Amino acid sequence: MYAQMVKSEASQDDPVKLAEFQARIDAGEKIEPKDWMPDGYRKTLIRQIGQHAHSEVVGQLPEGNWVTRAPTLERKAILLAKVQDEAGHGLYLYCAAETLGVSRDEMTEMLLDGRMKYSSIFAYPTLTWADMGAVGWLVDGAAIMNQVPLQRTSFGPYARAMIRVCKEESFHQRQGFDIMMKMCNGTDAQKNMAQDALNRLWYPSLMMFGPSDKESVHSTQSMAWKIKISTNDELRQKFVDQTVPQAEYLGLSIPDEHLKWNDEKGGYDYSEPDWDEFFDVLKGNGPCSVDRIAARQKAWDDGAWVRDAMTAHADKKAAAQVAAE
Amino acid sequence: MTDKREWPLWEIFIRGQHGASHRHVGSLHAPDAEMAIKHARDVYTRRREGISIWAVPANSIAASNPSKKGPLYDPAEDKVYRHPTFFNIPKEVGPM
Repeated sequence: MYAQMVKSEASQDDPVKLAEFQARIDAGEKIEPKDWMPDGYRKTLIRQIGQHAHSEVVGQLPEGNWVTRAPTLERKAILLAKVQDEAGHGLYLYCAAETLGVSRDEMTEMLLDGRMKYSSIFAYPTLTWADMGAVGWLVDGAAIMNQVPLQRTSFGPYARAMIRVCKEESFHQRQGFDIMMKMCNGTDAQKNMAQDALNRLWYPSLMMFGPSDKESVHSTQSMAWKIKISTNDELRQKFVDQTVPQAEYLGLSIPDEHLKWNDEKGGYDYSEPDWDEFFDVLKGNGPCSVDRIAARQKAWDDGAWVRDAMTAHADKKAAAQVAAE
Repeated sequence: MTDKREWPLWEIFIRGQHGASHRHVGSLHAPDAEMAIKHARDVYTRRREGISIWAVPANSIAASNPSKKGPLYDPAEDKVYRHPTFFNIPKEVGPM
C-alpha cells in the first residue's frame, strides 16, 4: 500500500504497562500523542505514517508530468486540483507523524537519503494521457481500499488524518474512471491507449498492497496494535473483486489469463504480481526511482532560499514589533 | 547559508458556514501568523469548508495532562442530577 513492508519494532517496555496499553487498544480507545506508548508502537508508526506521507508527495510527480499536456483546459484544472490534494494529504500525514516526535525536516532528509521509502507504484512511469485515467481509477482506488479501514486506526492523529484524506480521495478515483470512460467511448486508438494503460498498471497496482503477510510477525504485531487493520491479501482480494466488473463496464480486459470467478470463495482467482520485481523496486531500482528522488531533491534544494527568506522576513517583523512595544 | 531552523507549528481552527464555533482541523508549519493563515487556506479550505480561520502557535496552547484524567474529571462523576433525564416528569404534565 502507500506504506508497504513496514517493519514493526519490538518493544522493550515494562510488561505491565504494555498490557495496560494493549487493553486500551482492545477497548477501542484512541491513543493520543501525549499518552504513554511502547517504544515499538511509536517507531513503527513513524515509519508507517512517514512512508504514507512520502507516497502522497512523491505521488504528485507522475501526475504532474501530465498537467501541461492535459487534453482540455477542464482536464488540466481537474488534474491540478487532484495534485494539490495530494500535497494536502502529505501535509496531514506529516503533521500526524510529527506528533510522535520526528521533525518534518528529518523525514524529508530520510526520504532523500533512502532511509525512508515511498510506495512502489510511484516508481513507474506515466507514458500516455490514459495513464492519468488508470492511475486515478486503479491507484487511488487501491489507496481508498487501504485508507478506509485506517480511519479506525488506534493512533488518534493518524485516524483523523485518514478521515480527511478519505473525504477527498473519492473525487480522485471518480475523475480517473471518468477519463477511462471517455477514452473507451472514443476512437479505437483511444480505447487501445486505455487498454495499454491498464495492461501496464494492473500488476503494479496489485503490488501496492504488499506481498502476502499471512505469516508475517510484523503484521501480527501491527494488527494487535490496530495500526494495520486488514491483511494485505484481504485488501488485494477486495480490490480485484471491485475492479473486475468496472473493467468489464469499460469494455477492457484485465491482463490476467488466469482471472476467474470462484464461486466457493465468492471472489475472483487471480495471478500474483512478480514479487521479485516488487522487491527490486522497493530497493530503489524501479524504472523512475532515480528520477523521483532527484525531483524531490531538486525541489528541496531550489526551495531553500524561499524558506530562508520567509524565516528572515518573519524575524524582521517580530523584531520590529518588539521595538514598537 | 542555509537556515536550519524549522518554521514553527500552528494549530488551525476553522468556522464552517453555519455559524458554529471554530473547530480544530489540524496543524501546519509557517514562519509567521500571516503565512499560517495563507497556508491554512490552501490546506484546509480547498472545498469551501470555512469562512473564518484562526491560527494559534502550538506552543501557546496549555493542555490538561492525559494521565491525570481520573482526578480531573472525577467531580463530574457523581452528579448525575446535572442531566435532565435524572428527573421523572409524569406523562400527564406533557413535554418539558
